[in-house]
Amino acid sequence: MTDETRKIAFICSKGTLDMAYPALVMGWAALGNGIDVTIFFTFWGMDIINKARIDHLEIAPVANTSMKMSMMGVDTGNLGIPNLVGVLPGMTAFATSLMRKKIAEVGAPPVSEYLQMLVDGGAKLYACKMSVDMMGLKKEDFVEGVIDIVTASDFMDMTEGAQIIFI
Amino acid sequence: MATRTIAGKTVQVNDEGFMTNAAEWTREMAPELAQGEGIAELTPAHWKVIDFCRESASNLDGKSPTLRQITTGTGISTKELFALFPKGPAKKVAKISGLGKPEGCV
Repeated sequence: MTDETRKIAFICSKGTLDMAYPALVMGWAALGNGIDVTIFFTFWGMDIINKARIDHLEIAPVANTSMKMSMMGVDTGNLGIPNLVGVLPGMTAFATSLMRKKIAEVGAPPVSEYLQMLVDGGAKLYACKMSVDMMGLKKEDFVEGVIDIVTASDFMDMTEGAQIIFI
Repeated sequence: MATRTIAGKTVQVNDEGFMTNAAEWTREMAPELAQGEGIAELTPAHWKVIDFCRESASNLDGKSPTLRQITTGTGISTKELFALFPKGPAKKVAKISGLGKPEGCV
């Protein structure tokens, strides 16, 4: 091991419940192992730091080929939730609550609590300037811990020497 | 399997330097192990974490609890835990407590 601290940067570009967790889990593991963590939120990933959205991230069963009926504890093998059923009102909420339950069962906290743990552990969070402009957001719209709104070029400067993971 | 002498006693360690037999650990070893991790002095707050980990490990097959289990179990905040064991508390806590790396992800 070298004296220089290893650095990891995550780019979060998705705002669905399932896509919020990879950076949280890996970022937390990195911090626990003494690795410097930076997370850049862009496009739909802005939902993960948006106060109004962070506790309402969802997962839709439509066109999600990995979401099988067996997740609900019924022995249906490889049978998926039919797209035609998935379009019914309430199905996204149903799939979301199912996923939240599964996440809680493995002891992982909800997104907002998890993100706060990362901030407390020293992770640096940044919001993408272009997305902020596009979506009409302001720094006040973001959760505590978001350091600044930065450009793609700023991000390149601040992640020199870091391993970058795009999610 | 390598061995190492800590506080005058020879113990078994793995390639990464974690003790492999939690029963070989004694409280007298902790200060020396902590110094190896860059922690000059163990305060009562450090001991609160170490004692909690030792106690939890008996139910975890000699593995250290995860950071979240430590914060919820001791009441010590995440911020404080990272200040007590800077730059990688997960591994440092496990090493100082004479336990294996935590196996959970959270």
